[in-house]
Amino acid sequence: MSHALALLSPAGVYLLAVVGGALLLAAYLSSTDAVAGSLSGDFVGLGNFARAVQQPAVLRAVTNTIVVAIVSQVLAVTCGLVLASFLNRRFRGKRLFLFLILLPWAAPVALGTLGWKWILDSLFSVVNWALRSAHVVSAQGAPQWLADPKLAMISIIAVETWRSLPFATVVLLAGFASLPPELDDAARIDGANGWRKMIHVTIPLLAPVIAVAWLIGVVFAASGMAVVQVLTAGGPLDSTHVLSSWAFRTGIDSGELGAGAAVSLLLVPLLAGASIAVLCVVRRAEIGL
Amino acid sequence: MRRRGGTGAATTYLVVGAFASVLAFPFYWMFITAFKTGHDLYDPANVPVIFNESPTLEHVRQLLRDTPYPHWVENTMFVGLSVVAVTLAVSLPAAYALARYSEPCVRRVGAAIFLSSLVPPTLLFLPLSRLVSDVRLHDSLWSLVLVYPSFTVPGSTWLLTGFFKTIPADIEEAALVDGCSQLRALRSVILPVSAPAIVCVAIFSFTLATNEFVYGVTFITSAAQKTISTGLPSHLVRGDVLSWGPLMAGVLMPSLVMGLLYTGLVTWLMSWWVGARS
Repeated sequence: MSHALALLSPAGVYLLAVVGGALLLAAYLSSTDAVAGSLSGDFVGLGNFARAVQQPAVLRAVTNTIVVAIVSQVLAVTCGLVLASFLNRRFRGKRLFLFLILLPWAAPVALGTLGWKWILDSLFSVVNWALRSAHVVSAQGAPQWLADPKLAMISIIAVETWRSLPFATVVLLAGFASLPPELDDAARIDGANGWRKMIHVTIPLLAPVIAVAWLIGVVFAASGMAVVQVLTAGGPLDSTHVLSSWAFRTGIDSGELGAGAAVSLLLVPLLAGASIAVLCVVRRAEIGL
Repeated sequence: MRRRGGTGAATTYLVVGAFASVLAFPFYWMFITAFKTGHDLYDPANVPVIFNESPTLEHVRQLLRDTPYPHWVENTMFVGLSVVAVTLAVSLPAAYALARYSEPCVRRVGAAIFLSSLVPPTLLFLPLSRLVSDVRLHDSLWSLVLVYPSFTVPGSTWLLTGFFKTIPADIEEAALVDGCSQLRALRSVILPVSAPAIVCVAIFSFTLATNEFVYGVTFITSAAQKTISTGLPSHLVRGDVLSWGPLMAGVLMPSLVMGLLYTGLVTWLMSWWVGARS
């Protein structure tokens, strides 16, 4: 047993120091007016939080974070469910398809997003070329995907969905693989096929897996910063900031460490809620099995 | 005739093919951009999705010659491989302990390791930037080697624990009876049979380290010290003048490498997952 603790100690001590220590330091910093370069700031209590929630930019970032995370993951899990139900079959060339499907998740997120920045370019957007060729928009009326606040939000949600879909698909595929094979026959004997089988048999059985895939996706999407930072850098006119990019801007670009830490900690309720929900779903599913 | 769920092979190809094309389109777009001539790229009269002029290696040459990209590749490899080494050194013993001992205190440490994976870098990058400059590692690749294992160790430990549990305990008990120490049993008996799992965890950690963005842009400021993931977005994108050709050439290569690594990883994990349950 002392052996066990000795074997565990490198991982335990390291994570406690880096993750635990940094988390405590974040909490401490958020209660000071520390700026970059100085060793410590003065204690301001909850002043940073009080100031943060009065700033329209922060409130907008909170809304954006929640909207991007929830909408993108609903889309990703819905599409992932359809895709996984087909990938669960045997067919030729599956590995090649799997490679293509996994690419958005495998590629470094900042780099994939750079690709999208070029796809949505103001002058040479291939999306606008397609829309023009199909006579959906005129040459003058081509949408400015990253320059209009609404379209920029839609673009961010689209990129976040694109990048999360492979993850949702793989998690759901594992769920499909764990369903008993007799299910197909049972459903067929009862006359449930295709969509009816999917809605009445498969989805209820996969509900815990679907919930976990969605919640983990929400945590990733809500805490990630690269998509917004690379695609719009929070623009146009600070309309597309999320909490993480606003925390970066406050804490690093403006050097207000304390205020930035407070902004990033506003994520905690959202993340804690999602994490507790994941744990509950997992525990309940285990008892149910 | 074998019918499954009422839909045939044609539907499968149609649906999977449609998803694959949309998901992979950006990479096709990167590819065609990387090898098009500048003239072809920026002529509004051209059909953009095909080569209107013959392909060129000009952008690749420019990327390798005129930008710090070769440094970024080196830096990424250095950070990735160092993180893999640290991750394995820390996760292997921890996973072994979690797989073989079930005392309450061991399980509590295991739960704490798992919980730490729920704390995202977004909450930690500001205090860590402070700590990194306090220990004078700002703008040094070692800052990344020091911090990245914080998000690779929990997942790696979890994967390895699952794997070690599938190895029967008799194997190393025999070695222990023969007078091996526990550490030696781990090294000479368990590690050889775990080679596939170790490769899997190495790929997992390497890809996570390569994908990381937040810490990278926070800790590293000079162009020469960047990794691919942070260098390309911050140093080849300047204002409105973007050199898309070299940029997409630089984006495509690491994306494809990561894609191949991930496909191998996921295929292996899925077959293991199915195997472990049946």
